[in-house]
Amino acid sequence: MCALGHYLEEEGIATVVVALVREHAEAIGNPRTLWVPFELGRPLGSPDDPEFQTRVLRAAFALLDRPQGPVLEDFPEDAPEPADYTGWACPIALPAARAGTEESHERALSEEIGRLRPWWELARERRARTTVGVSGYDIEEAARLVAAFADGGEPADPAPDRRFSESLKLAADDLRAFYSEAATAQPDMAATSRDLSHWFWEETAAGRVFRAVRDRAGLSEDKGIRLVGGMLLVPRA
Amino acid sequence: MARLSDLSEGMVKHLSKLPMPQLEGSPFAAGGPLSERRVAIVSSAGLGRRGDRPFAPGAADYRVLPGEAAPGDIVMTHISVNYDRTGFQQDLNVVYPLDRLREMAGTGEIGGVADHHYSFMGASDPVSMEPYARDVAAAMRAEGADTALLVPV
Repeated sequence: MCALGHYLEEEGIATVVVALVREHAEAIGNPRTLWVPFELGRPLGSPDDPEFQTRVLRAAFALLDRPQGPVLEDFPEDAPEPADYTGWACPIALPAARAGTEESHERALSEEIGRLRPWWELARERRARTTVGVSGYDIEEAARLVAAFADGGEPADPAPDRRFSESLKLAADDLRAFYSEAATAQPDMAATSRDLSHWFWEETAAGRVFRAVRDRAGLSEDKGIRLVGGMLLVPRA
Repeated sequence: MARLSDLSEGMVKHLSKLPMPQLEGSPFAAGGPLSERRVAIVSSAGLGRRGDRPFAPGAADYRVLPGEAAPGDIVMTHISVNYDRTGFQQDLNVVYPLDRLREMAGTGEIGGVADHHYSFMGASDPVSMEPYARDVAAAMRAEGADTALLVPV
């Protein structure tokens, strides 16, 4: 991010950088940087909080008036947590994992998606947008691809013109987006990113499927699949 | 939250090991008052329009985000899984604050909003982005945009 600013400045474009990692911003020394104390992935702070987002932008733009740089300032506010927050539980009932049964990942994932779908559809309608769809598959196809791989099969890729590892990554991204959008469909039941992450990884069949994909990908002879499984699917501990 | 002390041990190790690009000089582009500046967003969140080529590991190029693109047509194909996407999934402005810029242009706080915005994918080597960054600068100049708001993810 910061190197981009350097090149743009050389071309005569004034830049102001919003920075999430202060140590990096310090090391690069762009002319104007606002460090924000928010989590990675949320440079403007909080979703659906336009006033807060505007305060961040005002603080960033104020740095443009400085006659010289580098300037590195800290934004003084933490990102707001949901109001009256007492914890979050996903409002959508999911099928319980049937312990001890030989249920396939494909079947478990497909059932779960069926239960989430009405809430995902509601979320899409309320927000007039969805971020699902980067793979080009519909969500059932994406689920089949990922789960069949987890189950040890060699799934036929519905998009054979790209590498299987790419399809696997994009299908996985679509599944995570689908789950997150469904789980946040009810705006008055605000969840933090930690809640959503915990829910996905610890309480859903999809979380189990992703870990199974990671484990199987680690054994693959395909370097791309090993990269996806090892680094691009399950967050660092 | 992005204080290093709030991140997992693996993430801190990863972030502290990232090589910092060595950049020559300290360019500083001045400009007029904020109320006369025309602003473009330059993101490193791996954003693109639905149907654009997804960003692959190592991709140094960028995608153009036209101002008229519907919010539902902006998607994210960043390769990293080590940051929160749920904020973006709920509200595009958490990562791509175009609505906020338009409001600020509406009240006259900023001079205007560019017709085009740009996104790179920040997991790639930033030095490899140099030629593309210069192309972005040229495109901005061509439409009279003089200021870039750089937003990470």
